Parts: sequence; structure tokens; C-alpha cells
Amino acid sequence: MINSMWVHPSLILILGGLGLPFVARGPLRKMYLVAIPVAAFLFTYFMPHGTYATTNFMDWTLTFGRVDALSKVFAYIMTLMCIIGTIYGLHVDEDVQHIAAWFYVAGSLGVIFAGDYLVVFLFWELMAFASVFLVWFRRGPKSLATGYRYLLVHTFGGLLLLAGIILRYKATGGDLSFNLLTDVANGQQGFSFHNIFNVSLPSFLIMLGFILNAGVPPLHAWLPDAYGEASVPAAVFMCAFTTKTAIYALARSCAGMDILVPLGVVMSLYGVVYAVLENDSRRLLAYHIISQVGYMVAGCGIGTAMAINGAVAHAFAHILYKGLLFMGCGSVLHMTGESKFTELGGLYRKMPRTFVFTMIGGLSISAFPLFSGFVSKSMIISAGFEEHLYWVGFLLTLASAGTFLHTGLKVPYFIWFGKNSCCKETWEKAADPPWNMQLAMGIAAFFCIFIGCYIPYLYNMLPFQEEAHHYAQIVYSSYHVSETLQILLFTAVGFFLLLKKLVPEPTISIDLDWFYRMGGRGFYWLARKPIQSADTGVGEGYRYLGLFPLMTMARFWSWFDWNAIDGVVDGIARSVRGVGALARRLQSGWLQASLFYAASAVAIILIVYVLN
Amino acid sequence: MIIKLIDFLRNRLKTVVVLCFVGLGLLVVWDIIFVDKEHAHTHIEHWPFFWSLFGFGGCVLIILFSKWFGHCHWFGGKFTIMAPEDYYDK
Repeated sequence: MINSMWVHPSLILILGGLGLPFVARGPLRKMYLVAIPVAAFLFTYFMPHGTYATTNFMDWTLTFGRVDALSKVFAYIMTLMCIIGTIYGLHVDEDVQHIAAWFYVAGSLGVIFAGDYLVVFLFWELMAFASVFLVWFRRGPKSLATGYRYLLVHTFGGLLLLAGIILRYKATGGDLSFNLLTDVANGQQGFSFHNIFNVSLPSFLIMLGFILNAGVPPLHAWLPDAYGEASVPAAVFMCAFTTKTAIYALARSCAGMDILVPLGVVMSLYGVVYAVLENDSRRLLAYHIISQVGYMVAGCGIGTAMAINGAVAHAFAHILYKGLLFMGCGSVLHMTGESKFTELGGLYRKMPRTFVFTMIGGLSISAFPLFSGFVSKSMIISAGFEEHLYWVGFLLTLASAGTFLHTGLKVPYFIWFGKNSCCKETWEKAADPPWNMQLAMGIAAFFCIFIGCYIPYLYNMLPFQEEAHHYAQIVYSSYHVSETLQILLFTAVGFFLLLKKLVPEPTISIDLDWFYRMGGRGFYWLARKPIQSADTGVGEGYRYLGLFPLMTMARFWSWFDWNAIDGVVDGIARSVRGVGALARRLQSGWLQASLFYAASAVAIILIVYVLN
Repeated sequence: MIIKLIDFLRNRLKTVVVLCFVGLGLLVVWDIIFVDKEHAHTHIEHWPFFWSLFGFGGCVLIILFSKWFGHCHWFGGKFTIMAPEDYYDK
């Protein structure tokens, strides 16, 4: 009975999206736009645990609805973010933008509720294809190329995943359930840092497919490329779903794979280093996604109950504060048309509320006490220390100093304070954004503070309740508060001392997308130079080896034609002409002569006839 | 209201800076004298000023390393990570 009543939230979003073009413009449309994500959220919220929507397709049993603690907390935050993102983009008139965004969220929810890898793959691809439209719909000069790069990278990732799924299907004799990847041969976890060569290929490929979407270097460069180029409301959606869905997939299938720990640590620092160099505010935030997702990847790699709790909690908090930051910087771009630090500055007089909202996001991502990051990020770091991975704990702490340095200090300082580099036009256009954008930022800001102040709200949703309750008792211990405040505040001292070093420069940072961007150029070069040379060479060769004999043959046939065939034809023609000339000579034009010839001819015919 | 508050603080920048440093001093003193370090994971965390120095040193290290990384001429000269904005358009 319950099974038949269960409605997939993705279905609500997809059908809602398809119905949108039929809704009349005006207040009704705005209500409809809010109602559909709210419905998806409510369906998720009241969903009891269990397995729903299993169907038989050919030889397989597909599960579309596996609802447990892990999938529910992710679905909860995804649908909540869908509401916030839709409100933020409420002013957008174009139906297709909303439809693409909802389809994208539907893809993410589909992966989260999937019970087997085939369904995962199906929705994984839906996510990639829906989100590329979010890049294209900005319709900027670079959008098309960026979108194609994004699509190509994700298609590559999808193919890795598919290859892994097929190989796993074969190796396990038909097991496609979306659960922890265990090695087929020895029943062990598929992949270990200490045992790196004993990898089962299917597990490795599936993991690669997932970590490409999580933005793990060297498979990360699509992220700043696309998120910096997406339209303003689209970037708010994109920053939430792709990477965090990948974290869900890693927590589900790759928990405890040791290799994820160093990868996560590298990610968290890599993002920080590039964020120092970045001049575009939204690209800077994109690099900080890489940094923050690094914590979650490391958490999945550590794999203990506390670490998985931490990864989930951090994903939850991250979606809200990163959405808020993208909304803040997006508002600046929306109002002024600028997102580069070198073209902004001193805007606090013009956009004070946007400043406050962005600052709340900055304090949350930096894990200030009473803000959301504080109760989530530290859980992963503590899990690292508890596993005696001290280098992990210290390096992740170092990365969190870097986080505050950029997102908490650099972004607000160089947009709202600092040297005013706005041109006259930018300055005149600058103002706090429309009400719907402010409302969306307000909701996200509320949650950032609420999560940080009222711990049970988030902790009661985590998959491992016992560990969550245990950690809830120590998260606001005086030691933890003192440690965090010291790190962050002394980072601020360093920032102001080295402020001159941090003045933004009008440059772009070359990242690993260089290889495929220049690789693409290499392909052009290959097409232009060697391939064209080869083409010319073949042409020349053909001329000598093919064309010359052909021409000789042609000349022969031409001669033959002229002298032999035409000889025959012309001969006939010449004969006819000769006969004609003779006949002409006979025709003098005189009537008597003509009568004479005619009578003579008749006489001859008669004589011949009579004689015969 | 927000603008007034910011302007109020900016007009008294020196006082604000002094107050911030006093706050930092109090934080360190509080940490050394009152904070129970039972939850520390390693021995090194028991040292006074440890996390303060970690935060400050980490910040300086990140800035200097990143700027070096961005401006360094790699592969013998022409190539830098921080490239002109029209790098890919050329």
C-alpha cells in the first residue's frame, strides 16, 4: 500500500518543470515556481524509511526509491536548496532556465534514492545534461565553449562510471546494488592506500567516475571553469548539487577507501592556493568548493562512523553557506555586471545587506563558532585525529585557515571595502538586489546561523546517531572554541599584515584544464598542419601515382576518340556532306530542270520495274 | 543602519584595531590559564600559543607560497600560472 503511495520527488520536479510553460505569467507563476520545490521538499520530509518503486526491466530489478538515514538527509538538503535557489531565480522569465534547474535537481535526487548502479547512471547523466544548459543559458561570449568543455568532461566521467558498472556486473555475476564496493576476489574493501596495486578494476573505475564529479584533482578543472561562467541563478544551483551528490555516492559506495584521504587533503589545499591567485569572485568561490569538498572526500576515505557523519554534516552545511556565498557574489554580478575584484571595491555603501549576507556565508564556511561550519567541519578533523592520522588533521586545519583568509576576508574586503576600483557605470548600477534574491539569501543565512546555534537540528539527521550525540557534547567545549578562535583570528592578523601582497591582479590562473583546452588547440593544429600536410601529400602522391597514368590513359582515349571513333562518325558526316553538296549542285532552282530530273527519275524507275 | 555602523567603526579605525589586539591578547591568556585541554589530540597542542602561531604562520605560508606558485616562471621562462586574461583567446 505504502509502496504504491510513494512518490519520487524527482518526478514532482520533472512533471512540474514540464507543466511550467502552461502556467500564465504573473503572480500565479511565481506561486507555482515556489510550490513545486516545496512539494518535493515535503514529500521528502514525510517519507518513511524503506524501499520503494522497484520495477523489473529486462533481466534486472531496478530500485528507484531506497530511503534510509543517509539518502534522506541528502534529499532533505537538496530539496531545501532547490527551494532557496528557485526563489533566488524567481525573477527569471525564461521557462527553460527553471526547467533545466529542476531537471538537474531531479537528477541529483534520483541518484540519492537509487538502489542500484543502473539507476545511478541514468540520473547521473540526467544531471550532467541538464546542468550544461545552465551554463549555456548565460549566453555570454564564452558560454558555448565552456558548456561543451563541461559536457565533454562529464561525458568522460559518465563513461568511466558505466565501464565500471558493466565490469562489476560481469565480475559479481549480476550484482548491481548500489552499496559499499567490496572487492570481488577477497571480499575486502576494493581499494586501499597501503595496497594500491590490489585494485579491482570495476571498483576503481566507479570511484573515478564519482570523484570526477566531486572535483578531485586532477579531474577538477571543469568546476571553476563552468561555475565561473554559469548564469547568476544557475551557479547557485550548480554549486550545490553535482559535487555533493558525488559525496553521497562516495559515502555510500567508497567509505573507508584509504586513497580518498590523501586525495581529499590535497584537494582542500589545492583549492586554497588557487583561491589566493584568483581575481574573479565566483571562480574564487568555485576553488573553495574544491577545498571544502576535500574535507568531505577525506571524511569518506577515513570511513569511520564519525567521519561519515562529518562528511554528511559538512555537505549539509556546505550546500547552504556556499549557496549563500554564490548568491552574494552573484547579486554583485547581477546588479553591477562585474565579478572581478579589480573592477569592484568600496560597495558597502551601495549593497550593505548583500554584504551582511555574504559575511554570514563567509563566517560559516570559515567555521566560526555559532555558524554552521563550526559544528560540521570539525567533526571530520576530529575523526582524522582519532584515527591517529595527525597529518590529515593538521593539514585540514591549515586549509581552514586558508578558507577564512579568502572567503571570510578577501572576498568581503575587496568587494565591499578596499580600494574603490568601480568605474562610474558600475558604481551607479550597484544597489541591493531585488526582493526575491534578498529573501533567498535571508533564508540561507538563517539556516547557517540556526545550524551553528541549535546543534540537534542537524545532528539528529545524521546517519550514525550514537556518534552524533557523543560529538554534540564536545563540539562547543572550551578547548575547541579557543582553538578555532585562535586559528581564525590570527589568520586575520596575517591577512591585514600581508594585505599588500593580496591585492588582486587582473590575471587568470592556468589550471589543469590547460591540457584539454590546449589539447583542443593541439587537435586544431593537428588538423591544420600534419593532417593537412598528409592530405596534401596524399594529393601530390595521387597526382603522380594516380593522376598521371589516369591522364595518360585519358589522353590516349582522347586521341582514340578523336581519330578512331570520331573518324568513323566524322567520316559518315563527311559522306553525308559530300552527298548533300552533290545534291545541291543538282538543284539549280529551275523549275524545268527540276521537272526534268523528276521525270527522268520516274522514267528510270518505270524502266527498271518493267524490265524486272 | 548597517552603513552607519560601518562608517562609525571606520571613523574610529585606530580604536577598533587596538580593541581587536586587546581581544586577541585576552583570548590567548584565557586559553593558557582557563581552557581545559583534555580534548587535545596531540602533545604539541598543549604548548601555549600553539594554535595562535599555527593560524598566523599558516596564513603567511599560504599567501607566500601561493604568490610564489602563481608568479614563478615555470619550465624555463615564459610560462606562469597567473597568465594574462586573454591567454586562451590568443
